[in-house]
Amino acid sequence: MTENATMPAATPSAPAPFLIGEAMTGGYGRGADILQGCTIAVERGEIAVIVGPNGAGKSTAMKALFGMLTLRTGRVVLDGEDITTLSPQARVAKGMGFVPQTRNIFPSMTVEENLEMGAFLRRDDLRATMEQIYGLFPILRDKRRQAAGELSGGQRQQVAVGRALMTKPSVLMLDEPTAGVSPIVMDELFDRIIEVSRTGIPILMVEQNARQALEIADKGYVLVQGGNAFTGTGQDLLADPQVRRSFLGG
Amino acid sequence: MDVLNALVALANFVLIPAVAYGSQLALGALGVTLVYGILRFSNFAHGDTMAWGTMCTILATWGLQAAGITLGPLPTALLALPAGILGAALLVLATDRMVYRFYRAQKAKPVILVIVSMGVMFIYNGLTRFVIGPDDQNFADGERFVINARDFREMTGLAEGLALRSTQVLTVVTAVLVVALLFWFLTHTRTGKSMRAYADNEDLALLSGINPERVVLVTWIIVAALATVAGVLYGLDKSFKPFTYFQLLLPVFAAAIVGGLGSPLGAIAGGFVIAFSEVGLTYAWKKVATYLLPESLAPEGLLQLMGTDYKFAVSFVILVIVLLFRPTGLFRGKSV
Repeated sequence: MTENATMPAATPSAPAPFLIGEAMTGGYGRGADILQGCTIAVERGEIAVIVGPNGAGKSTAMKALFGMLTLRTGRVVLDGEDITTLSPQARVAKGMGFVPQTRNIFPSMTVEENLEMGAFLRRDDLRATMEQIYGLFPILRDKRRQAAGELSGGQRQQVAVGRALMTKPSVLMLDEPTAGVSPIVMDELFDRIIEVSRTGIPILMVEQNARQALEIADKGYVLVQGGNAFTGTGQDLLADPQVRRSFLGG
Repeated sequence: MDVLNALVALANFVLIPAVAYGSQLALGALGVTLVYGILRFSNFAHGDTMAWGTMCTILATWGLQAAGITLGPLPTALLALPAGILGAALLVLATDRMVYRFYRAQKAKPVILVIVSMGVMFIYNGLTRFVIGPDDQNFADGERFVINARDFREMTGLAEGLALRSTQVLTVVTAVLVVALLFWFLTHTRTGKSMRAYADNEDLALLSGINPERVVLVTWIIVAALATVAGVLYGLDKSFKPFTYFQLLLPVFAAAIVGGLGSPLGAIAGGFVIAFSEVGLTYAWKKVATYLLPESLAPEGLLQLMGTDYKFAVSFVILVIVLLFRPTGLFRGKSV
């Protein structure tokens, strides 16, 4: 296994990616380092996917990009600006949208209120954005007066993604959006995510369902033990015999 | 058989007092439930917050009366209410700044905050007694009755009288207005919605850019207002005595828990459940029974299930039963 063997995503000659966490090392609190010099980047208009075995630090890498743990080394750059020291809230204000894996909705509030809360920082008219989101997720329009906690798992995920989109983010980060939903709903969610991506928002996603995620990915990152094991386009990784053998079940 | 007189007696001794008391408990329980839902601890100092707010109102009432200002048929205390709310808000905000904020920053467990609030309770307890003394204060003025018993008897020709005190009407009207205002605030304003969002999911509220310190500040102000209104209405209806307010903590908590902690609707329902049980179980039903039963079955005893001295046992037993069989309360609040 070629751990940490790949090149960092940004080579000096290519234009800098929209969002990049470079050579990130760090862990939670004063605990051991979970990330060991890992690099994750998203280009404009692309879908990047982080896959890897359990405990590889996939979610941690995403949280590091979002400022939920302090990095010992490395840096996070958003659209050319170093945001390494910003708090998660400040990063939301800078245009990063984040959908946590669990507890990602306000269960006792209606779908519409959930969307409104997503746009709490905005003072302008929300209706156009809300219409866009209802356009992306038509089921939410029908359920807009219903408490979000009463919806099915797949619908809740749509509420969660919709909430994050309300800030009109310039990059959307999804932590295992298909965790715990049925295969049919999962396919539908992937379709929706592709649609969101078509609106021009770069997407970074952590996924358990590596094969399906890599199929829609422009860029894939395979993490092992907190470091980059393989990096490439989704198709390359799917075709790579070593990746197939180790992570995709042959 | 005399159904009409039985009904009048029932209304006079059970229904009207219980509705008024229930409204007061509901307002108190709303405060407890808001603190629990948003600040995430059981605030044992709530009874004494009510006492402090009421005390501030009484002092302002005396000031107004001394200046010759009254509200005519309505109690002057209504005019003094904003001053009382301000006094209570200043006290709880100062407490939050000096005490609770420290524990919030430490992310202290709720059980620690409960004990902290107990300490706060003792301080408030002393503060109130220090300013106004431990004695009974009667501060109700204005018209005493909307209908008094004798007029009612003359009007209807019934043997039973029905007295409707103005403070009872005032209590119910004020409670309805305050509750309507609170629910409108929570469901229709940006700040109200952000409070609900924060209660629902603190982390996500942070990610959405909701400022927790602002939510805490607004919550405390609303809680102070609710506590003061509840305390003043109770004081007008009965009388003000610091120790009684401390004792109110039990029925108020019972109401909040029966309804489901964290659920505003539950707090209101809980308030009435507790009030009706307390009044119903401590009322001597002899009079009503005498009207309803044939003479041969007329009861000899008082038909009182328990003496009024034991009224606190009622809240306590209801509390235990609810915690045993439905720990999240009637309206599915958070479990304790």
